[in-house]
Amino acid sequence: MVSPLNRKLLRDLWRMNGQAIAIGLVIAMGVMMLVMMTGLVTSLDETRRAYYERYRLAEVFAPVTRAPERLIAKLAKIPGVGQADGRVIGSALIDLSGRELPVQSQVVSLPDQGEPRLNDIYLTDGRKLNGTRADEILLLQSFAQAHGLRPGDELRATMNGARRTLRIVGLAQSPEFLYTTAPGELVPDDGRFGVIWMNRSALAAAYDMRGAFNEAVLSLGRNANNVAVMAEVDRILDPYGGLGAYGLEDQASNRFVSEEINGLRVQSIGVPPIFLAVAAFLLYIVVTRIVQAEREEIGLMKAFGYTNIEVGSHYFKLVLAIAIGGAFVGSLMGIAAGRALIDVYTGYFKFPFLIFRLDPFSFVIGLLVSVLSASAGGVLVLRRVFSLTPAAAMRPPTPPDFSRIGRVGGTLIRLLDQPSRMILRQLVRQPVRSLGAMIGIASGMALSASMLTIFAGFERTIDLTFGVMDRSDVMVSFTHAASETTIFELQRLPGVIEVEPVRIVPVIFRSGLHSHRGAVNGLIESPRLNRAIDRDIQTIPMRGDGIILASALADILHITAGETLTVEVREGRQPVLDIPVVGIAKSMLGSPAYMELSALNRALREPNRVSGAYLRVDAAHGDAVYSALKDMPTVAGVSLKSQARGAVQKVMDEGSGSIRYVMGAIAFVITFGIVYNAARIAYAERARDLASLRVIGYTRSEAAFVLLGELAVVTLIALPVGAGLGYYLSFGIAAGFSTELYQIPADFNPASYGFAASAVITAALVSGGMVKRDMDRTELVLALKTRE
Amino acid sequence: MTNIYSTQGLTKVYGEGRSAVHALRGVDLEIPQGEIVVLLGPSGSGKSTLLNILGGLDRSTEGTAFFQDQNLTEMTDAQQTRYRRDHVGFVFQFYNLMPSLTAYENVELVTEIAENPMGPAQALALVNLRERVDHFPAQLSGGEQQRVAIARAVAKQPNVLFCDEPTGALDSKTGRAVLHVLKDINEKLGATVLIITHAAATAGMADRVIHFADGNIVEVIENKTKLTPEEIEW
Repeated sequence: MVSPLNRKLLRDLWRMNGQAIAIGLVIAMGVMMLVMMTGLVTSLDETRRAYYERYRLAEVFAPVTRAPERLIAKLAKIPGVGQADGRVIGSALIDLSGRELPVQSQVVSLPDQGEPRLNDIYLTDGRKLNGTRADEILLLQSFAQAHGLRPGDELRATMNGARRTLRIVGLAQSPEFLYTTAPGELVPDDGRFGVIWMNRSALAAAYDMRGAFNEAVLSLGRNANNVAVMAEVDRILDPYGGLGAYGLEDQASNRFVSEEINGLRVQSIGVPPIFLAVAAFLLYIVVTRIVQAEREEIGLMKAFGYTNIEVGSHYFKLVLAIAIGGAFVGSLMGIAAGRALIDVYTGYFKFPFLIFRLDPFSFVIGLLVSVLSASAGGVLVLRRVFSLTPAAAMRPPTPPDFSRIGRVGGTLIRLLDQPSRMILRQLVRQPVRSLGAMIGIASGMALSASMLTIFAGFERTIDLTFGVMDRSDVMVSFTHAASETTIFELQRLPGVIEVEPVRIVPVIFRSGLHSHRGAVNGLIESPRLNRAIDRDIQTIPMRGDGIILASALADILHITAGETLTVEVREGRQPVLDIPVVGIAKSMLGSPAYMELSALNRALREPNRVSGAYLRVDAAHGDAVYSALKDMPTVAGVSLKSQARGAVQKVMDEGSGSIRYVMGAIAFVITFGIVYNAARIAYAERARDLASLRVIGYTRSEAAFVLLGELAVVTLIALPVGAGLGYYLSFGIAAGFSTELYQIPADFNPASYGFAASAVITAALVSGGMVKRDMDRTELVLALKTRE
Repeated sequence: MTNIYSTQGLTKVYGEGRSAVHALRGVDLEIPQGEIVVLLGPSGSGKSTLLNILGGLDRSTEGTAFFQDQNLTEMTDAQQTRYRRDHVGFVFQFYNLMPSLTAYENVELVTEIAENPMGPAQALALVNLRERVDHFPAQLSGGEQQRVAIARAVAKQPNVLFCDEPTGALDSKTGRAVLHVLKDINEKLGATVLIITHAAATAGMADRVIHFADGNIVEVIENKTKLTPEEIEW
């Protein structure tokens, strides 16, 4: 048997269903965001871990010039090493018919017999290699897909200077090559870098590695000391031209995947609380006003002999029902949305399977925040109501006292008609209430504006990178650090308008405890085609006396201008340099470091060397230039800026950054929920006055003006306030969206604010329309009887 | 004398089927212009429903109701609004003043939109409220609030004034004063005044008393001699 009070509860909920749903929805959105994001990150982490484990991905990679096979046994005996394996890797140029430029690729050996001890592959199509056939290859599935290649097709490639025709027998995926990046670029692109697997014996023959390996891969035991293991590996391989062991965290593909998952993780920590806080605040305001409206009933119940506690718990239950309902629906939506997104991301990350995990903690947090904020709202108002005697609470509508506002704006008010005076006085008379509604709408505006700022920030990153910093059309990379005469050769090509040399040197930066694997870009003193820019988008001239770091790199290394940075060069003689930091550049894509080209060459004691060039090309002669480049033996790769730009755009739209669209949508739903609630509550409070206006002869529109005019004023005040809030909020959200790969600026752009403002205004118009429709439907006689 | 209202077979049914409530069961009524008419009857007898339909606040289910030569039952919503705005004044038990407007402004609320209103000051003078016109409703006593409500209702110079329990929330002294104002308005403006009340004694000041029961008129009495509000036993 349901007690009468509980039946009242259910009916009250039913009576205010529209509003209960609107409040529940806002809470649900905040909780959904939390559950979705944490579930997504947990699942992706878990899936990646399982994938790496099942396919035995190595944890240490040690490239070496040429080391005898017997060293593998020695490496395996290093304390902390689980498995050790040696393999042959090499680079090849794949000549795709129909494509202007050959594509760089990596060739990796597989044992002639059996499975590799480490770095196994997952065959998606075709069959395994036949150990006796030297021309058989497996091709990375994503690359094959990008070029429409299938098992049975032939592939022409240049390996170690020799042209060969290879037969594709199967397609494979590998945790080692989830992402492949064309040389000289930061962002992966499936089509522009290939991975080929071949029999070890065939590859050893091609690269002169019989009885030897040029890369050792190792897995580690549970409590292994990575640093000690890598130091020992380096010691053993050093006599054979060891190029320095590195861990999985520095492996290109894993680094990218980790960056992307970390991006989502940062967003999952940083952004949902903001949404949840806004939802919680709204819930608090709404609950305050609902309980206030129940004043008379509370008096009645107390008159019947219900204690404060009983009455209090009754309303507490009402509030809890909405909060818990919202949190529950939000959790379900979060699970569904997280599940759908994980499918999208599994495809994006190229995981062959997915493990769906939820973070139970997120449910608890979501529920707690909703319940606490709702309770806070309820408790504060109930305290005020309890202080009234039952008689006072039940007394027929005592008109709220407007005398305190006195003659606010004496002259101004005389210019207004009575309905406008009503609007103005309602706002001034109940400043806390008006302020609450205003801040609620302002929060919606802030959320929307900051999300739109983030959208624009993504665009700006691309525009600045490919429009301002990089003004070239083509980037050419050479097979090795070539002499500067290569630049003159490029300049002579018909159709080439401008050439700017660059030297990119792979290095490890160290500053105190912080280190980063990256590269130094040697640029000419006043670069025109590829520049570093400062915060004001002005070119930073290159200096011979030190290094300029992108701000993202400076942050990673915890270093500022004036300090000295240790740079371990990973090329040639591998010198270790101490270079002063002389400037910080704005970073957009990646975390580059810049030096003046000849100063860099001097430091490396390799004068007049360049590793690539930026070209500006006459569009009419584009094809001629590309085919000339294709025939130059020093050219290892050519990347068109348009392709690079497309690749970045793709990562931003399909990778972790794509969650911004989901968040943007949620921001708009919350904004609408807030505005709609504000309109509904205002209507509930004014229903009686509005009916009175109608009775004395005001038309529907004239009566609605009093209500909607108030909403309009509150909304209009909320817009600039929200814009101000949004400005600061956008920095927090931008930080959440910035990864090591790209930085999202929270630069103020008027369009985002304009658009957010129109969204809020639209929400206000729609909400106003919905409330007005309800007003029009209400029978006058009933409205007059509405409880105050 | 011409009738300001006449109804034929006026019926109002709330709800449908078994749960239907017959609030009015075919009321035939004629109300002459310029009279004070008191509607008496127990709760649920249909008097408020009749007043709501005649006042243009509600619609009948069947039958016709005429205001002069205008058919109230065929009016569109906009016409009803126009009718209320131009011809009708309402006074309610709980005043229904706008709390955010002063007494004076509450009256202005009506004079701003009416076709041929008197000045707010004049309307307030009619109800003997001259001093506290700049006060907000919360600063006024119940009787004062009711007088503001009456001033607001008469400021448009209505043809008819509807009063639903106008003295229901007031003490006897204040109530008498309010009735006095209603009588004045009837005499000075020539407005027809329809009063719904539980207080049978109020009937003493009426030209015509209509007794309601169970959704219909049971008796119409024309008073030969009218009492003044002061003579009414409270």
